[in-house]
Amino acid sequence: MIPPSSLEIAVLTLGMVILMLEAFAERIDKRILAFAAIGALIAVLIGTWFLAPSPAQEQATGFWSFYTADPLSIFFKRFALLTTILVLIMMIDYAPVVVASIPSAKKQTSLGEFFAIPIFTCAGLMYLVSAIDFVFIFVSLELVTISFYVLVSFTRHNPATLEAGVKYLVLSALSTAFLVYGITWIFGVTGQTNLQRITVALANLEIERGPALFGMVLVLVALGFKIAAVPFQIWVPDVYQGAPTPVTAYLSVGSKAAGFVVLLRVLRPFLMLPQVERLIVLIALLTLLYGNLAALPQSNLKRLLAYSSIAHAGYLLIGVACFDGPAVTFYLVAYLLMTLLSFAVLVIVAQQTGEEISDFDGLAKRSPFLAFAMLIAMASLAGVPLTAGFFGKFFIFYAAIAQRQTALVVVGVITVACGFYYYLKVVRAMYWQPAAKVDNISVNVLSRLAMSALIVAIVWLGIYPAPILEALKR
Amino acid sequence: MLLFIVFCPIVAAILIMAGAPARKTALLASGSTFVMTLLAFALFERWQGGFQHVSSFTISADWRLNFAVGLDGLSLIMVLLAAIVTLAAVWFTGEIDKYENAFYACLLLISGGAIGAFASLDLFFFYAFHELALIPTFLLIGIWGSGNRSAAAWKITIYLALGSFVLLIGLILLYQSVPVASRSFDIRALQAAAVEGQIGPEAQRHIYLLLLIGFGVLVSLFPFHTWAPEAYASAPAPAAMLHAGVLKKFGLYGLLRLAIPLLPDGARHWTGLLIVLLLGNIIYIGLVTIAQKRLDWMLGYSSVMHMGYIFLGIASANILGVTGAAVLIFAHGLSIALLFGLAGEIRKRTGTLVFDELGGLAKVMPFAGLAFGLAAFATVGLPGFANFAAEIMIFFGAFQNGWEMERFHVFQIATVLGLWGVVISAVYMLRAYRKAFMGTLGERWSSLVDVRRSLRVPVTLLVGALLWFGFFPQTFVRIVAPAFRTYFSANAQP
Repeated sequence: MIPPSSLEIAVLTLGMVILMLEAFAERIDKRILAFAAIGALIAVLIGTWFLAPSPAQEQATGFWSFYTADPLSIFFKRFALLTTILVLIMMIDYAPVVVASIPSAKKQTSLGEFFAIPIFTCAGLMYLVSAIDFVFIFVSLELVTISFYVLVSFTRHNPATLEAGVKYLVLSALSTAFLVYGITWIFGVTGQTNLQRITVALANLEIERGPALFGMVLVLVALGFKIAAVPFQIWVPDVYQGAPTPVTAYLSVGSKAAGFVVLLRVLRPFLMLPQVERLIVLIALLTLLYGNLAALPQSNLKRLLAYSSIAHAGYLLIGVACFDGPAVTFYLVAYLLMTLLSFAVLVIVAQQTGEEISDFDGLAKRSPFLAFAMLIAMASLAGVPLTAGFFGKFFIFYAAIAQRQTALVVVGVITVACGFYYYLKVVRAMYWQPAAKVDNISVNVLSRLAMSALIVAIVWLGIYPAPILEALKR
Repeated sequence: MLLFIVFCPIVAAILIMAGAPARKTALLASGSTFVMTLLAFALFERWQGGFQHVSSFTISADWRLNFAVGLDGLSLIMVLLAAIVTLAAVWFTGEIDKYENAFYACLLLISGGAIGAFASLDLFFFYAFHELALIPTFLLIGIWGSGNRSAAAWKITIYLALGSFVLLIGLILLYQSVPVASRSFDIRALQAAAVEGQIGPEAQRHIYLLLLIGFGVLVSLFPFHTWAPEAYASAPAPAAMLHAGVLKKFGLYGLLRLAIPLLPDGARHWTGLLIVLLLGNIIYIGLVTIAQKRLDWMLGYSSVMHMGYIFLGIASANILGVTGAAVLIFAHGLSIALLFGLAGEIRKRTGTLVFDELGGLAKVMPFAGLAFGLAAFATVGLPGFANFAAEIMIFFGAFQNGWEMERFHVFQIATVLGLWGVVISAVYMLRAYRKAFMGTLGERWSSLVDVRRSLRVPVTLLVGALLWFGFFPQTFVRIVAPAFRTYFSANAQP
């Protein structure tokens, strides 16, 4: 049996070792580091099935009063590890772009850092999903955010990337400030930072709720930034488009998932305040409309996926508004699979032609495998049945109907139809536009394996969602 | 056996994508599906009520979600229709210039989706199987279509996606309207719950409206019909055959399967609305059809128009009308598939379907002319074809419904107006036949050849089925009617 907190320590150590090797072992092909990291993370992932049980949250003291290893957190630790592994695989494909972007005599300089920093992000994500204390939430959120600062602007000689990096830095710092300020207000009212104790404190009728609500709204602002909810989404398109593609994938999956887990945890003490639910319904409506409508005219696939990530945040917020944890979790899993699959295809195609949707013209002729993978990813993102994306939407809508959230359902259905348009635009380009180039695109074995696994997972969960539902119940 | 029928086309589609010889595999798969369906038809025990050939696998015990298939009289004829039209559509597929494998795979996926939806006893898979056909339809029209194919593909896909999500909301509401203890996705369990009156009238109204809109979009109920003519005009002939002949009938099947047994109060409440809309289909679209100048558009509109009769049968809510609706679904599926198939053959030869440019084609294509004429007569509802038997049942059923209420009733007006629809359809069908096949043969068409000899097999199959069920409709009625009788007798005493 492994104590739960040793997982994060193992991941952090792995990150340090990779950085050391980067600094001292100059001769080796740096991609070996990535393979080593993938192997080690898989070992940690296997380790998550052999965890020692942790004490219940109610009577937890000491370390356990800010760190928990409940089923939800263990589930999302696996989620974070899996995401990181897949992102590292994408990064290996992306390595030539990074190398080319650095004007240096030594060709592979700093490539090791590119592989090491996501591991720190991963550790941050794993801490974040376990955090049940505002101070710890803040610290692990910073670990995630600061490592993203570096990653987003990694190919900094590209002006677009630099712009993305600066935007991310400034807005992220601002949202952090909101978070701290919100935590202070909540602490001021309740005298607690532990979420469990805040719940107890808020149940006391003598407490003043106005200031607590104000603090909660400030925290919502900060989390809204993380999950890209309207009106805190302005940074998303530019940063997603400018950042290196694997980092964009990581940002849109890892960062968002962690944001939603924290949101679910943080909201629980505040559920007794009816204003909170109304606020979230409003945010969800705006996010759905903005994300889907703004995605319609996009012609750049990376930007399209940025808007689509806003749109999916909207669907997830429907689940949050109904406070249906399993539905949100399932949606996140489906979102992980389909988003990473589409980014994996994008990484490879972008190096051949480009990131515009028109660069996908005739992909079905050039690489039937990539085109098929993209078809599955897009169908799942749009919510076609027998894919994981459909079950995600199904559970979300189920929860919304059960709670009679009519406005959310109506807007949700309309935006789903919008989604069909912009996702199938990519399919149209791949299958019935003539190709500009005719040479075949080769895909290396590891990527092909990863993509096949993602395709199988998407279809499998689209037919048989029970495994995820079971894992959540325990 | 039923599992074989459901999965044979899907497995064949996967094999074809994996590299099996396309046409041979597709023909083999659709042929064996057809034979197995005939076998199921022969083995069907008419006197035994309920579903037969049932097989069931649990997907999620918490949600009472099972993968379950089974056949009663209604689903049996739907599957039979799907099997016949699939075989004909695959057979009609000629030379494909690009991605031949994908073309056949898409066709088989549509067919597999339709058969799966018809055979499903579980609400979830009933829905999911139908959606399986959505992306293949998009690809079929987009890649191999003609004319303004891109716009047509968008239109059909977004319309159908929107319709099916409205439908999904309706289905979820339906699931939730039953008390928690008996909640199930199983259609049989839901029917049992409905007979016990567990679905309140208030809930029924909401659900029925959602289902009517959702299914209505899928079936091209006026005013949600605008996707249909454009999509069918642009689609390659086999795709139009399958979609207009089979897949579109999913919505009607859904109304017969869900709305009638589960939501009688809802149906009663919205009868007025449905009557107005279906008259829009029959009269308004009928007149629009007369105005068409191209054969493919005319066929597309005519298929929209005939949906009105089927809706009339469903609205009549008595056993005669509903049975007539089921038979007309079958008959219309066969005749429209034949018409689209022949139109495709003509387009392949002449490159145009504008009436003014055609004419006298029967002189060079006598077999096509004969087949087209028979199919056109069938569509109009000439006695001797299955369509006639079905339409007469619908009209009698609908009129009788008005009669029983012993006062001047909207059903009687609707029936009278609907009868005029028959005249309208005779006008445009005969006019089309005259313009395309009769008259003087244009100079440039004199070297056309008739349809391939091998194509006579599917044509004969379709025409034969139409004639057989036209002369012996009772073979059909006896199978279909028991599926409804249980419900109508159960509902006689409210």
